[in-house]
Amino acid sequence: MTAVAAEGVGYTVGGKAILAGVDLRAEAGSLLALVGPNGAGKSTLIRALAGDVRPSSGVVQYDGRPVGGFKPRELALVRAVLPQHSNLEFGFTVREAAALGRRARSRMGASSPEEDRAAVDRVLSDTELSGLADRLVPTLSAGERARVMLARVLVQQTPVLLLDEPTASLDIRYQHLVMRLARARAGRGGAVAAVLHDLNLAARYADRLGVMSGGRLAAFGPPRRVLRPDLLSEVYRHPIRVIEHPGEAGLLVVS
Amino acid sequence: MVVLAGLGAALLTAVVLNLGMGAVEISPGAVLVLLAERMGLEAGAGAEPVQASVFWSIRLPRLVMALAVGAGLAAAGVGLQGVFRNPLAESQVTGVSWGAAAGAVTAIAAGGAGASPLVPPAAAALGGFAAAMAVYRTARRGRGVEAVTLILAGVAVNAALAAFTGLLVNLAAAQGVRSLAFWSLGTLGGATWESVAVTLLFTVPCLVLLARRAGDLNVMLLGEEEAGHIGLDPRRLRVEVAALAALLTGAAVSAAGIVGFVGLLAPHTVRLLIGPDNRFLLWGAALAGAALTAGADLAARTAAAPVEIPIGVLTSLAGGPFFLWLLRSTRRAQGGWG
Repeated sequence: MTAVAAEGVGYTVGGKAILAGVDLRAEAGSLLALVGPNGAGKSTLIRALAGDVRPSSGVVQYDGRPVGGFKPRELALVRAVLPQHSNLEFGFTVREAAALGRRARSRMGASSPEEDRAAVDRVLSDTELSGLADRLVPTLSAGERARVMLARVLVQQTPVLLLDEPTASLDIRYQHLVMRLARARAGRGGAVAAVLHDLNLAARYADRLGVMSGGRLAAFGPPRRVLRPDLLSEVYRHPIRVIEHPGEAGLLVVS
Repeated sequence: MVVLAGLGAALLTAVVLNLGMGAVEISPGAVLVLLAERMGLEAGAGAEPVQASVFWSIRLPRLVMALAVGAGLAAAGVGLQGVFRNPLAESQVTGVSWGAAAGAVTAIAAGGAGASPLVPPAAAALGGFAAAMAVYRTARRGRGVEAVTLILAGVAVNAALAAFTGLLVNLAAAQGVRSLAFWSLGTLGGATWESVAVTLLFTVPCLVLLARRAGDLNVMLLGEEEAGHIGLDPRRLRVEVAALAALLTGAAVSAAGIVGFVGLLAPHTVRLLIGPDNRFLLWGAALAGAALTAGADLAARTAAAPVEIPIGVLTSLAGGPFFLWLLRSTRRAQGGWG
């Protein structure tokens, strides 16, 4: 049961505070959605949780162990990261690109070639890429590439998943597919943190919501507690209404 | 498979033509006879003594040197392109070649060659590594490398190191330092079994060590940060691969001077044929580089006989326009460098 926690995390570049005093935990078995306006510090927080940026103050810990104390290979067994922008402009097949995610595991002797192959097969099927397995990545559409990147991340089979806008450039069907996959990973005991721009996806799938604003965590809690019209309207500087979803047992955010 | 067989056939053709052609013609049959005799076999009509002498003490060592230099430079190109994540990276472009020449000349002028024949290539590797790191540090930006700055930094480092080499060559002409023309244009003439052994001593282990990092170079294709997410230490890989590329280039340059653009021509040709998977690309490029260099040396020896053309002139004649084409396609792929 692994959890990742930010404790008092601040990050300052050129005198500008991108993050300030952020306390946040992504618990095992839970899907945490990070929402907030552009420039609120969501991506930087994900990068700090991932160990990609070193906080100017505070600390990021995996089960109480500071992220800076991990070797890259150890960390790759604990957390997988889907960056916002990823370059996949090279002539690997979908299967080969996804299989790159197995590298740390196989190098550590933590899995056999058969396990690697089975894991890749399963993830390609989960992301509905099986039919494209032998296609070259540069020949895919943007949405298909986004799913290849997600497959590469899922195949690492880490207890912690950090996803920066996993649903960007996907159509509605695949947005929900990706959120169901994230949800399922949390259901199997994973700790998932995802930056989302779509508040309705966040309302529907997340156990916890963190609302970022100006580098701070403006609100944190279950969707019903956090998705308040006054709070959202203030944070987004735009009038926002929240109503009951007509079909599902959940909320609908309307702007 | 087809591609590897094709490369093998090209290499074999280059080998056979190289051994046979020159002032003393040796037919492929005579080559076989000479090899058979050396292995203690009775081989019917023997080759003429002059053929045997030319074959064993001139042509074969020179050919093996060409193969080692070509394979090493091509593999170094694959490695540098991988860790700098830049298709334009290559020993000459990134300053490694002139760093190697400066290192070798310094060692020779200081009398290091007398201490051990291993000293000049080792000093060349050091010089090449230092130049590569200087260029990299200039071009680094965030977690990436700026394509344009890499090239410009390479130009600056090359200019400074070529001038330094020229200065040293002129000051230390008496100590057996070879001419500036040798360093800048290259030649495989004068290869001996001893110099071949020294070059192979560097090239073969470095090729094997580089091949063991081919899978990591594949992961680097995703980007430095993503490679880190998958468990790679990009900084360590960069230092290791740059060091191996510098050792390969150092061995090649101290033996044959600068044979330009082999590290671009061979890897990109093979990449077009078999794709970017470094596990196959590395060996394919090594084969192609060996064939290319052997072919170029054949042309260097025979095209204007009895005058010998420096081999670097020929590889650059092909490599220069190729580099220009690569520059244009890279800029297009990256959406311009406004």
